[in-house]
Amino acid sequence: MTNSTSQAEIVRQSLKRRYRKERRFRAYGIAAIAVALTALVVLFADIIGKGYTGFLKTTLTLEVTFDPELMYLEDPTDPAQLRNGDYLAPLIAALKKELPEVSGRRAERALKGLISSYAASDVKDLVAADPAIMGTTQRLTFLASDDVDVFAKHRDDASYSIKLTEQQQAWALTLLERGIIENSFNDVFFSNGDSRDPGHAGVLGAIVGSLLTMAVTLLLSFPIGVSAAIYLEEFAPQNRLTDFIEVNINNLAAVPSIIFGLLGLAVFINLFGMPRSVPVVGGLVLMLMTLPTIIISSRAAIKSVPPSIREAAQGIGASKMQVVLHHVLPLAMPGMLTGSIIGMAQALGETAPLLLIGMVAFIVDVPDGFFSSATVLPVQIFLWAGSPEQGFIERASAAIMVLLAFLISMNALAIWLRKRLERRW
Amino acid sequence: MQPANLIPLIVVLVVIAFALGYARSRALAVPMGGIKHLKSLPFYYAARAAMWCGLPALLVLACWLGFEGKVIQTLVVGSLPAELQPDSAGKASLILSQISNVASGALSADVVPPAIAEAASRLTGLQQSSQTMMALLVICIAVLGGFVAWLRIAPHINAREKFETTLRRIFFACAGLAILTTVGIVFSVIFETIRFFGKVPITEFLFGTSWSPQTAIRADQVGAEGAFGMIPLFVGTLLISAIAMVVAVPVGLMSAIYLSEYASPRMRGIIKPLLEMLAGVPTVVYGFFAALTVAPFISGLAAALGLQASAESALAAGLVMGIMIIPFVSSLSDDVINAVPQSLRDGSLALGATQSETMKKVIFPAALPGIMGGILLAVSRAIGETMIVVMAAGLAANLTANPLEAVTTVTVQIVTLLVGDQEFDSAKTLAAFALGMLLFVVTLALNVIALHVVRKYREQYD
Repeated sequence: MTNSTSQAEIVRQSLKRRYRKERRFRAYGIAAIAVALTALVVLFADIIGKGYTGFLKTTLTLEVTFDPELMYLEDPTDPAQLRNGDYLAPLIAALKKELPEVSGRRAERALKGLISSYAASDVKDLVAADPAIMGTTQRLTFLASDDVDVFAKHRDDASYSIKLTEQQQAWALTLLERGIIENSFNDVFFSNGDSRDPGHAGVLGAIVGSLLTMAVTLLLSFPIGVSAAIYLEEFAPQNRLTDFIEVNINNLAAVPSIIFGLLGLAVFINLFGMPRSVPVVGGLVLMLMTLPTIIISSRAAIKSVPPSIREAAQGIGASKMQVVLHHVLPLAMPGMLTGSIIGMAQALGETAPLLLIGMVAFIVDVPDGFFSSATVLPVQIFLWAGSPEQGFIERASAAIMVLLAFLISMNALAIWLRKRLERRW
Repeated sequence: MQPANLIPLIVVLVVIAFALGYARSRALAVPMGGIKHLKSLPFYYAARAAMWCGLPALLVLACWLGFEGKVIQTLVVGSLPAELQPDSAGKASLILSQISNVASGALSADVVPPAIAEAASRLTGLQQSSQTMMALLVICIAVLGGFVAWLRIAPHINAREKFETTLRRIFFACAGLAILTTVGIVFSVIFETIRFFGKVPITEFLFGTSWSPQTAIRADQVGAEGAFGMIPLFVGTLLISAIAMVVAVPVGLMSAIYLSEYASPRMRGIIKPLLEMLAGVPTVVYGFFAALTVAPFISGLAAALGLQASAESALAAGLVMGIMIIPFVSSLSDDVINAVPQSLRDGSLALGATQSETMKKVIFPAALPGIMGGILLAVSRAIGETMIVVMAAGLAANLTANPLEAVTTVTVQIVTLLVGDQEFDSAKTLAAFALGMLLFVVTLALNVIALHVVRKYREQYD
């Protein structure tokens, strides 16, 4: 009797300590979740904080006089004159009108540093399109130089180094106050391909490249993946070959993606002599990479169709193939689609294998077909993140936001499909 | 005709074959008194005609596209005059790129030898005639196939059975593609690796402790001998992976435990998708984050503490990689913990153990093999991860265990050696494939062990 009381006593005394341990254990769990969620928040906040300015462009708006004498352009219809005209001069002149204190050749050269190197060619395009513009005065909006772009957006941010001289900074500040230099929505970013000049660089080329590559991947991997899943679930006999196929699929799902890049390089490019950096080869490599994901999720979808459906169909005389095509496949389709969308989202974010098949080339033009040189969105981000110009860092962040927007909408679509169409048996 | 336009054309032909086949089978059935006298439904006759029309044509198209490039290259190089004939594969690729640059207009025909300019125009001509021939051949095959199948529609033929057999074979071929991919991977790395070991002894590769894959352009160059010892790369890979696991295992495991044992279903429903978002973020984004935010932060922090940290420290890459792997570890552990039978849990709680005691003394030991399997899979994922280390880890091979120093990894070197201009047949390019082989073998071994462990464990409670 005394013995059991003392035992109860021991237990009671230890309770406090045990409950403390219990609370501590719980706190560890909460801390772990907090760490993971903090990482997520910091990651997103960092990208957005770095990149929202990438959606802004810095422009100058000026009254520009198209003075034939200043531009050495008496006859704008003459191609030779058109080629040799000075298109920067009217812009400088217009700037000088706004900043009357500027005089001298050196100061003029410093003024040039405020204007994007592409502005002159825009003026040329204007003249070429409409020769009658000569002699008139127009209100023009054109891109400011990258240094002004950085100054206008980040002059209070210590992590950016301002490359403008003191004098240029004073001018830029005056122009900013008068609203001549201003930030507006960066439409250039969505309508251009890559460029050496951050202000002129855009993601359109990369987006089109990604879409072309994804089209190849989807068109090949969905039918092949679904067919393979149907075979393995419904038709495959229990033998060594089937086992071997299954082992292969499971292992391929865990092979590092860069190995698929090596495969693409050795087989598609070196063996078959296919061109480098084209969406077709990229799509083929990503197809091989996503295939295991799609097969595995499609098999799960087929497995979830209850056997009673198959038995009922077979009972009224359907052949095995008819059972599959008419009954199992339609019922498993939502699950298959969900899995495929998730697989495609993975492929869309994949970079490493595409580096090896040459999709890292600097490509200015927006690709116009499956066999034209292209880059894709993640590779574009990689290229911009590694470039020394400050302007590319915010554009890389902006491109990441575009990529994440695509990925989030794809995943949202997958979740919606699952909620909407998938049936629980 | 562009292959991209050829495929829609084939689709149109297939639809036509289907329609004609359908019409013919119905027409054949009319004198016999309706389609019930056909052996199969008209759909199957039509589908068979469509298959005959489309399949051979698509196969020929794929083969043509696959071999066209190589054949044209061989023809063009073969037509060059004897003095321009390349004597090595490296030279051949140089001449070929010159020719294709002239052909595409990127290089003016005036600055190259006339023989090259001639070869360029020959290349353009061959490409055009190849495309025309391909288009003609594919269309002919499609039309012919469709026509033969259309002719062979007869009421006594069991079209359904034949259609289903073909379809089943197609399904089988699709499943077999997995084997083909594995074989392709193995062969593409093995051949180049063997050639690499012809230049660099295998013992030097496996046990050498210095890595500097500079090969000489001139034979008399100083430091012409590259060093190809993979030990520093492997150690660098392991260092970064170890840092990643130090972050990912405790965080992933504890969040899995909390979510499966303590969290309310509502909290679980909110937090689980959030954690999975971490897995959905592309690796290039993590690389960006590691290189531009975490690495400067760490080197700044180290400087403030009076330590010397490289701008490309292993710690930055490892930490970010760890964040990436958290959801991987947590979802695998979650599965394993949930697979432990409820009876074990109930038994322990009934004896008066607290939840944490139940977890630590009963469920965790029971789930340990499965968790170990999951961790092994995560390690293999960390070893094969490329973009984070390419962007945030260093390039110079450094045999060190100090996480604040820059190290390089196997994947970084593969990318560096293969991106940009390559010299074919140089030990440098081939080394990338040898590294690929190493990576493949290591990750494969880890995966096989991990899958085996996980499966063994599952069987225990099924």
